Amino acid sequence: MAEPLLEVRDLVTCFEADGGEIAAVDGVSLHVDAGETLSIVGESGSGKSVTSLSIMRLLPKPAGYIRSGDISFEGEALRDKSEADMRRVRGRRIAMIYQEPMTSLNPVFTVGQQIMEAIELHLGLSRRDARARAIDMLRLVGIPAPEDRIDDYPHHMSGGMRQRVMIAMALSCEPKLLIADEPTTALDATVQAQILELLRKLKRELGMSIMLITHDLGVVAETCDRVVVMYGGKIVEEGDVRSIFRKPLHPYTEGLLASIPRIDETRERLHVIPGIVPNPRDRGAGCRFASRCAYVMDECRARLPELRQIATGRNVACFLAEERNR
Amino acid sequence: MNGAAQPLLEIRDLRKYFRASGSGFFTGEQPPIRAVDGVSLSIERGQTFGLVGESGCGKSTLGRLIARLIEPTSGSIFFEGRDITGLSRSDMREVRRHLQIIFQDPYASLNPRMTVSDIIGEAFEIHGLARGAAKRQEVAKLLDAVGLSRAHIDKYPHEFSGGQRQRIGIARALALKPKLIICDEPVSALDVSIQSQILNLLKDLQREFGLAYLFIAHGLAAVRHISDRIGVMYLGKLVETAPSSEIFTHPAHPYTQALISAIPRPDPDAVRDRIILEGDLPSPAAPPPGCRFHTRCREASRLGTRCMTQEPAWHAAGADHLAACHLVENTGAQ
Repeated sequence: MAEPLLEVRDLVTCFEADGGEIAAVDGVSLHVDAGETLSIVGESGSGKSVTSLSIMRLLPKPAGYIRSGDISFEGEALRDKSEADMRRVRGRRIAMIYQEPMTSLNPVFTVGQQIMEAIELHLGLSRRDARARAIDMLRLVGIPAPEDRIDDYPHHMSGGMRQRVMIAMALSCEPKLLIADEPTTALDATVQAQILELLRKLKRELGMSIMLITHDLGVVAETCDRVVVMYGGKIVEEGDVRSIFRKPLHPYTEGLLASIPRIDETRERLHVIPGIVPNPRDRGAGCRFASRCAYVMDECRARLPELRQIATGRNVACFLAEERNR
Repeated sequence: MNGAAQPLLEIRDLRKYFRASGSGFFTGEQPPIRAVDGVSLSIERGQTFGLVGESGCGKSTLGRLIARLIEPTSGSIFFEGRDITGLSRSDMREVRRHLQIIFQDPYASLNPRMTVSDIIGEAFEIHGLARGAAKRQEVAKLLDAVGLSRAHIDKYPHEFSGGQRQRIGIARALALKPKLIICDEPVSALDVSIQSQILNLLKDLQREFGLAYLFIAHGLAAVRHISDRIGVMYLGKLVETAPSSEIFTHPAHPYTQALISAIPRPDPDAVRDRIILEGDLPSPAAPPPGCRFHTRCREASRLGTRCMTQEPAWHAAGADHLAACHLVENTGAQ
């Protein structure tokens, strides 16, 4: 089997808070293969965004730091790289887009200047060539009249347009991996549909891999090959998208899927996962989902179930996984 | 106050034009932003009207107009048959007991310096209904109703999660036993598993207290679950209204059809027949002539230039189902 494009092993990322230390990511291992779309699903506090920031080495300093674990990208260890070397990885080989395009674009530069900066820096093109490439990228992401729009400032554009500019900027240096953290959450449904369609098309045409971080299972079902479900800083389930949606094995995944209001059916009441995400300070020795789980047993409160393989490519951290898979 | 058949709330041809921020001495007069541009609808007692549309369609402005947090440019609002459009502040106070609002961001709408007891109990004091131990007792009952522990009564908003804060906002809205609650995107900011808790809570409270809701959302899926009727807005106007089940099975307006097709289905094997809308939303300061949706409508060319020049009237698309589209007039119920 070929080596994965990105491999994360036993990542532990901590934050200092109020004199204590909280493991926002607590022993996460995952990989992204060349040309695949992996989704990381989870709610607030699951550690999904911190995982991506750890990979990019963009954790807020000094509060956040990687305590242990390895991150390898195209066979290179990212954790050992100097900040100067990381800068050559970011934007060039791994690009990232975020939820809120307005806060990620600099309001005092035109969108063209911002796209060209990355192209000149990473690809060493002349100003003139960089501008031509920036116009091509804007056309690629579906911005009409890119020759004119390139000189617009971000505030001249709608939210959907700005997200397209972010994508144009991220893709301008043809990265191998695109990390997209809730790229459509702030957008309306019809704009979201436009952007997801665009990502699918670009992935096909450019052959890149995507790591899509989201809480929206509808988006996952439409765009991803494989899914990693996180809860309380840990992976609770992993598998290909069809198996996960057809037969969720972890009770949390099952609850998440059941609680989505669907437009293709009417129900008197929605399924509910009771309770709230426990405070990371109050994590006990047991399974972190135990307090909200419908299938909880004494054992679950006493010790943490390890993530283990249940079938090929299917990993689950639940004592009942084998039984539920029958 | 009279006649049982009278709707709880009725609005007629309501408009709100905002003066453009660029208007002034140096820039000259800019055309106003037509946020709400002639909307009429009614809500029955104990029923939920779901108001759906994307950013900038005017749905939140409409909610604020009905709560009289902002003043309309023209049009009327009738609550229990009484025209409340021109009521003075003090007369409005009495109406507001029966007409409450909850917001999207539960944190921004709760005063961080007040305890839960003060936040929920404030209304009792303002209306002179209860104070001291009696007020505390009422607050405790409301905490029970929204599924919060009574032990939380003296805590501050920052000590709660997003879902719990929204429960506090709901308890505050419930305090004076209102007849109508305007819910402005009440679950959009919450995690998926918490959204379903709040939606179920709103349904339970509706049954228990006979509440009517105006439920404003950009997400259609949540609206379907809670609404009896649904109205779809585009660029300041309603374009379609129908019973909840009808609008999802037989959407008549091309915009509603696009909106429904855009919802991601949580099923990897679902057959997707997606209508991708081209282009961006036009400016509400200069809405397109004719049908406002014609610049993005894939059907617009079918009727020659009619959609570009003539504003569509309401046409019946089914039982209790109206759509403002020339195509519906031509094809009848689809």
